[in-house]
Amino acid sequence: MDWGNIFGNAVGEIISPTTAAYALAAIGLGVHFGYTGLLNFGQAAFLLIGAYAFAIPTLAGAPIIVAVLSAIICSVIFAFILGIPTLRLRADYLAIVTIASAEVVRYIVTTTGLTDFTGAANGLSGFKGTFAAINPIPQGTYGFGPFTYNEYDWWVRIVGWALVILASVLVFLLMRSPWGRVVKGIREDEDAVRSLGKNVYSYKMQALVIGGVMGSVAGIVFILPRAVQPANYTTGLTFFIWTIMLLGGAATIFGPIVGSMIFWVVLSLTQGILYGAIESGALTFISTTQAGQIRFILVGVALMLLVIFRPQGIFGNKKELSFSV
Amino acid sequence: MSNLPSSQTAVPQTHPLVKGEVGPGCAKTDPIVIADSVTRQFGGLKAVDVAHLEIPRGKITALIGPNGAGKTTMFNLLTGFDKPNTGTWEFDGKSLAGVPAFKVARAGMVRTFQLTKSLGRLSVLQNMLLGATGQRGEGLFSSLVKPLWRKQEEENTARADDLLARFKLDAKREDYAASLSGGQRKLLEMARALMSNPELIMLDEPMAGVNPALTQSLLGHIKNLKDDGTSVLFVEHDMHMVMHISDWVIVMAEGRVVAEGPPETVMKDPAVIDAYLGAHHDEDLGDLMEDGPNPVLEAERKAREAHPEIEAEHEAAGYAEPVTPASREEEQR
Ligand SMILES: Nc1ncnc2c1ncn2[C@@H]1O[C@H](COP(=O)(O)OP(=O)(O)O)[C@@H](O)[C@H]1O
Ligand SMILES: [Mg+2]
Repeated sequence: MDWGNIFGNAVGEIISPTTAAYALAAIGLGVHFGYTGLLNFGQAAFLLIGAYAFAIPTLAGAPIIVAVLSAIICSVIFAFILGIPTLRLRADYLAIVTIASAEVVRYIVTTTGLTDFTGAANGLSGFKGTFAAINPIPQGTYGFGPFTYNEYDWWVRIVGWALVILASVLVFLLMRSPWGRVVKGIREDEDAVRSLGKNVYSYKMQALVIGGVMGSVAGIVFILPRAVQPANYTTGLTFFIWTIMLLGGAATIFGPIVGSMIFWVVLSLTQGILYGAIESGALTFISTTQAGQIRFILVGVALMLLVIFRPQGIFGNKKELSFSV
Repeated sequence: MSNLPSSQTAVPQTHPLVKGEVGPGCAKTDPIVIADSVTRQFGGLKAVDVAHLEIPRGKITALIGPNGAGKTTMFNLLTGFDKPNTGTWEFDGKSLAGVPAFKVARAGMVRTFQLTKSLGRLSVLQNMLLGATGQRGEGLFSSLVKPLWRKQEEENTARADDLLARFKLDAKREDYAASLSGGQRKLLEMARALMSNPELIMLDEPMAGVNPALTQSLLGHIKNLKDDGTSVLFVEHDMHMVMHISDWVIVMAEGRVVAEGPPETVMKDPAVIDAYLGAHHDEDLGDLMEDGPNPVLEAERKAREAHPEIEAEHEAAGYAEPVTPASREEEQR
């Protein structure tokens, strides 16, 4: 087994654009669930909308700023579509509607009738030009050891992590303010907040939109190093984002970032070790395909252990969860 | 039973608070709330069926009645937390029927809940600050710029600290509300409601579970509220308290207002005794009157004797005397 390569790949995941995208999506989900108590089980849909609403206009020749605005506006509209009928109802209704509509949008982009726009099951590619065109880094290869990338890969990482930092600062500013106090109050008991004269519906909508836009921007970061593939946006994606958020701590600033880093490092390590063991003949009873699936079984087990033994996550406050509220 | 005319006893026919004759649904000289034909049906049960009700301004009004009389439902309806089948009501001259709960609160009619709703994973101070109205920092965009709301936050914090001190919660300022005892949560909820300087504060069983020493000081606070010009409407089962602080008592039973009057006389109203005794209808009311000054308390004592298990439960829960079986009732919403 090539341990150097295995660890190199794993360490590289710490700053990979995918890690940044998942962190961003988890920050958005943290605004929904961690701070406001909204049960959004359709965060994958926001990533999907961000991806397609960015890629389609880009492929049609729109400048990058238009494509980004399109992604943001589409996710705002989607948040309203989800929120208007459900946010007046009990929390569980949003959960059901989000999980269902995430599947609906995935089927919509996969339908062959829309092949001209969405590429159906093949997805979309060839949309990186506008993003690469604004890359200030001269052509070449930079970095050291496992962190050696070309100018485009560095550009994606820099922009991705800058967006993660921006989102974190935004969440920090919001949550230390009276606005944050209202949404945290809603998480605890929305009737109490209502009785104090706050428009609970409006605050829940604002939180849904903010977290959704973060998910949508995460969707853009996610596709910049790859193609748009509808198969990436299953409920599985939503649950990985949940795992990351819970791992780090749902209502914390650094939780989603560190959660995403750990998630991807561990996935990379387990993949490297399992594949290595299979190739070297140490593991004979499974194939590499099965090994890939085993990793995700491990994710499920880890999520269960986490919820049982450290429900507050890595950064969460133990005291907060020691009350049965 | 509730159709017994209240004029059977020697209730005074007039009262300074009342326009015309004293009786269930009587008009007030200066009402802050006027409700008309408010009904709320749960299946076959008419939980509230109030033909006319007026709540005097600037006074402390007690709303009493046995369990299930519809007091909490009436609170929910008036404050927009529940929708009536029929009815209109106005607060301070503004119609509030069909107005959402948060707008009712903004209009100056703030309520607390029978089952306390403290915000567990917020600190006591944060709970209090949430009660303040017109906060600039609660706007999405202004919240991002702290200088816009820092000063207002400081003012609100000073007021919150003042209230917390008055309610003996200042030592708990930084604790999570979830760590408070049941009685302390009641206090916090009331203090939080006061942060908005309401015109009318509606307290649903504010004393349930509050220890007797604190009850005394709370009574003082409620009286102070009146002195500051706030109207108070409260549901309470502790008749000592009702007698002690209220200017006016409204009695509900089976959804209707069955009696009204000043505290000294309303307890002697046969409709009230009837409402409370229910099954003990054949009791000699004369005996009850002689037993003690307060037939309602007597009725409750008898009820407790008939249900010793409830008594034991109270003791186990460390409840302060006097408690009534009613104060342990679960709010059904
Ligand atoms: N949401 C509800 N659904 C069905 N019945 C209810 C509901 N809320 C209250 N009730 C019923 O309405 C009646 C009045 O209840 P409530 O207003 O809580 O009484 P009180 O506060 O005077 O003790 C009770 O019989 C109660 O069971
Ligand atoms: Mg009640």
